[in-house]
Amino acid sequence: MSFKSEFSKGIIKENPTFRMLLGMCPTLATSLAISNGIGMGLAATFVLVGSNVIISALRKVTPEKIRIPIFVVVIATFVTTVDLIMAAFLPDLHEVLGIFIPLIVVNCIIFARAEAFAFQHGIVDSLADGLGMGLGWTLALCGLSAIRELLGTGTLLAIPDFGFPGIRVFDQSLAAVMVILPPGGFITLGLLIGLLNLVANRKNKRAQEG
Amino acid sequence: MEGSGLIVSSSPHQHTTVSTPIIMSDVILALMPASLAGVWFFGLPALFMMAVCVGSAVITEAALEKLCGKPLTVRDYSAAVTGLLLALIVPPDLPLWAGAIGSIFSIAIAKFTFGGLGQNIFNPALIGRAFLLASWPVFMTRWRWPIYEAAWIPRFDALTTATPLVLMKYMKIKAPYINLFLGQVAGCIGETSALAILVGAAYLVYRGHISLRIPLSFVGTVAVLTALFGQDPVFHILSGGLLLGAFFMATDYVTSPVTPRGQIIFGVGCGILVTLIRLYGGYPEGVCYAILIMNAATALVERYTIPRKFGEVKKGA
Repeated sequence: MSFKSEFSKGIIKENPTFRMLLGMCPTLATSLAISNGIGMGLAATFVLVGSNVIISALRKVTPEKIRIPIFVVVIATFVTTVDLIMAAFLPDLHEVLGIFIPLIVVNCIIFARAEAFAFQHGIVDSLADGLGMGLGWTLALCGLSAIRELLGTGTLLAIPDFGFPGIRVFDQSLAAVMVILPPGGFITLGLLIGLLNLVANRKNKRAQEG
Repeated sequence: MEGSGLIVSSSPHQHTTVSTPIIMSDVILALMPASLAGVWFFGLPALFMMAVCVGSAVITEAALEKLCGKPLTVRDYSAAVTGLLLALIVPPDLPLWAGAIGSIFSIAIAKFTFGGLGQNIFNPALIGRAFLLASWPVFMTRWRWPIYEAAWIPRFDALTTATPLVLMKYMKIKAPYINLFLGQVAGCIGETSALAILVGAAYLVYRGHISLRIPLSFVGTVAVLTALFGQDPVFHILSGGLLLGAFFMATDYVTSPVTPRGQIIFGVGCGILVTLIRLYGGYPEGVCYAILIMNAATALVERYTIPRKFGEVKKGA
């Protein structure tokens, strides 16, 4: 596997949200606005890349039996770094994402990649895998939160940290509040996964016929 | 026998003539008194709302079935019933586009994603209402005056007012029975007139489409509990969406139990939940949520109330 294919598999083919259904809890909870999606996704990408590289580098000296505690220590180091940086430079975003930043420690995407990939592959491959998976998750979060932000609040791209109220597409009173509530998150995610499966199935069928 | 043109098949041999289209068109007929009462009391906007809801429900169903290559089932009127029921349980002043979205949501999300008619866990019309209430709470709690003057209701401003349950819960003002019975109160399009609903329900019972187990245990539980809690049971039966919900939504074949004992448990459960929400909950009315919650329990209730087969030996005996 080349660097490029390790990187690109996380974007669509093995997308952590739409294909592997990993990290559902932060996905549903933080996908309320595009700025949240980007912030959460990039924070997780940073942790994923860092932990993948370190775990891959240490894999030969890590005793098999205590690998999980070691993963946790490595991941927690990066999560604390992200948490403190975000609190210092993007306080509004940090406030919104709240508990979900420290919870990246137990995010199953990061654990799954550490256990299933980084622990068995070289540093460069693990770096590519971490980047691809992280960006795949970021893209999924952005797509989901774009739909929810638009339908649920009537605006797009609001960034509280820069004092930008967002582009108002339609009036607040017309916005469907339910879309940014938890049930709206489940329904939007379910419909998106269904839609992507429909597209993928059609594509496969066409590939088989042609 | 072979070649003789006779077909050998196992029992049952007698077919009923009652089919889904017949039941559904009877339900539409039974909803006519309530619909007409809605138009009578709230004017043409009520009629437009019904047209929009029914139309978008039918179109949504047809479009989705076409898209997914499924057989078209719009001719069994079930989508039309869902649309009409939804129109009857929204306020008359709800914008028409919101009615259309609610109707599309009912069919597409609550019915179609579960597999279509007969597969849905929750009553589609009630899901539509719950969705609208969660999405546009302002539009869904704006009540219009019925075309009728009543001295007992305080007028807050020229156009809006409150439903009898809101007046009761927050202001301790009780609507007179006769206004509640005839429907001269504010409320959703089809729920205000107890008389019209009962006429329609009587037709459904007469045609044998619904049994009285669910409605009676539902309404009876509300009456007993509200009396126990020191409230006026007659007021609670006549106001809000209780009668419409008990006769037309809690009795939905698909989402309520089929076992006789299960139906009684279902009705009593709905009654308890409605009373709790009305008296202690954050909302003045709870029929919609009560039925939806009991819909979720339907499979469980059925599992524990399967009638004993004739000649069956008790387990462990």
